[in-house]
Amino acid sequence: MTNITVETENGVNVAALLGAREALTEAPEAASFVWRAACEWKNGTHTESCVEGFFGLGEEQRHVREFRYDTDHPEIFASEDKGSTPVEMILVGLAGCLTAGIASVASNRAIRLNSVTATLEAGMDIQGILGIDGDVRNGFNGVTVSYQIDADATEEEIAALVAQSQKRSAVFDIITNPTNVNVQVNQ
Amino acid sequence: MSLLAYPHPRAAGAIDVVVIGAGHAGLSASSLLSRQGVAHVVLERGEVANSWRHERWDSLRLLTPNWQTRLPGRVYQGDDPDGFMAIPELVQTLTTYAADMKVPVQTHTTVSSVRPSGTGYEVVTNRGIWRAKAVIIASGACNKPVVPTVASELPEEIRQLTPFDYTHAADVDEGGVLVVGASATGLQLAHELLAHGKPVTLAAGEHVRMPRRYRGRDIFHWLSQCGIHDERYDQIEDLSRGRRLPSPQLVGSHALPMLDLNEIQRCGGRVTGRLMGVRENTLQFSGSLQNVCQLADLKMQRLLKLIDETADAQHAPPAESFAPTTVDASPALTLDLDRHHIKTVVWATGFRPDYRWVDVPVLDRKGHLRHDGGVVDAPGLYVLGLPLMRRRKSSFIFGIEDDARDITRHLSNYLEQVKRRESDGFYRYG
Repeated sequence: MTNITVETENGVNVAALLGAREALTEAPEAASFVWRAACEWKNGTHTESCVEGFFGLGEEQRHVREFRYDTDHPEIFASEDKGSTPVEMILVGLAGCLTAGIASVASNRAIRLNSVTATLEAGMDIQGILGIDGDVRNGFNGVTVSYQIDADATEEEIAALVAQSQKRSAVFDIITNPTNVNVQVNQ
Repeated sequence: MSLLAYPHPRAAGAIDVVVIGAGHAGLSASSLLSRQGVAHVVLERGEVANSWRHERWDSLRLLTPNWQTRLPGRVYQGDDPDGFMAIPELVQTLTTYAADMKVPVQTHTTVSSVRPSGTGYEVVTNRGIWRAKAVIIASGACNKPVVPTVASELPEEIRQLTPFDYTHAADVDEGGVLVVGASATGLQLAHELLAHGKPVTLAAGEHVRMPRRYRGRDIFHWLSQCGIHDERYDQIEDLSRGRRLPSPQLVGSHALPMLDLNEIQRCGGRVTGRLMGVRENTLQFSGSLQNVCQLADLKMQRLLKLIDETADAQHAPPAESFAPTTVDASPALTLDLDRHHIKTVVWATGFRPDYRWVDVPVLDRKGHLRHDGGVVDAPGLYVLGLPLMRRRKSSFIFGIEDDARDITRHLSNYLEQVKRRESDGFYRYG
């Protein structure tokens, strides 16, 4: 039997993350990232969006391949349901971000994760988007994320993982805090 | 030049060491320098303990119990060791200390520049220029209140106060008050305003929750006993985060078991998430309140568990449990200033040092001194009195002694080297 040194816990390369943190403390300009998405209207409420390139570490970067996403609305909205609703994509983003954070923090704390699952729910009063009641906001009136985590750790340690993941989550910040959005039309 | 400390220094001239600031840090450094026979002067822009005299609110008391309020060569000798010093008493303590230790302090001397000169420094003041081989910056960690940029977006008619402006609840106009910040300052001011019948909203970001007493002793007793106060800066995993940590939600009083967000709400205060923005008359708060409360609760539980190991060994009374922080499940995300009659905003959003007069290239891009445990990144330049500077206790008055001892020892060795080089003729003054 050969002993294999496992350098990654939970499949997260902690050394690389910590190295990046150190490097970017020294070179803060490299920490400026720009994320991009492009979209094209198809038909009805169906839109196809794709992501591939982004900017970071001082230069243009590419994902290993292009990723495509369909967004649409369900049939009860008289749509063709060719993809998830855009608001569901927000939940997908939040789930992905928080869970990645949990894995990273767990690995940094040498906690082995056996399984992590979550369900997300967001309430919405669609009187807002339909313009029925001006006092109702368009967006979510709240988001609930419920994690089920099996890990080699105490209940408190698991709670601390989830709390720390929120503290460091980009999407959690994007949803909980205001962001200036500038929508232009290019002629 | 006499190597003995002299209580009446000349207005300016050449000297081995200039200490800038006559607060607890500068006075402690001076008393140790005198003991080592190092010629020095302490320059003070106002009077001894100037910031304590002029930049603190009336009801403030030290967070540390009196038995712990010590300086090099001086322990508390009053009749209330478990009490907390009010500011006039602290000012008196520091003034007496300065006199007893024959600190060569030159008051009403404002330093406008420290700049390299030869192998040492030129310290420019309103009362002449000092030339020194070494300089200790002991001008304090709280020279300026930090006010977030969102302050400039508030409507003009809202009165904005920093902890430097606030002296007493009666100073605050009629109407509601928004207190921004949930550290010791924010909670103390919010609590005082509520006690004076003001409607208070407290915007809380990350905070540090802590009971005043635990298992029969003051929390500071345990923080010292279990080694936390002595943790060294070079053994702390994330030092810059440690140094940014807000002050714990404590008040120098035994009247409350715990000054926390639960207590603020019990007194009728409203708690919201961190203040994130202002759109015309509407304040916007973060939706992360649950998370910051949970983080604080988890950290407090970890701290208490750590204390339990020491407390068990000392057969202390059994552990108390503290209710988790309870906040509204859906706290307000926006608040209309008019509708809620908010007339005043109090910025309890921290303090920072002011180094505009440091004309030595030792400041990082955030304006903080680059230093290794108080040894600044320029030969012969030192700093004292910053949070977690060499140890966790560096933030507190009792923490200055060990730091000042380390720094003055380093400085003495440095002076010896400089003098040896000078006599060897390696350096020549131009």
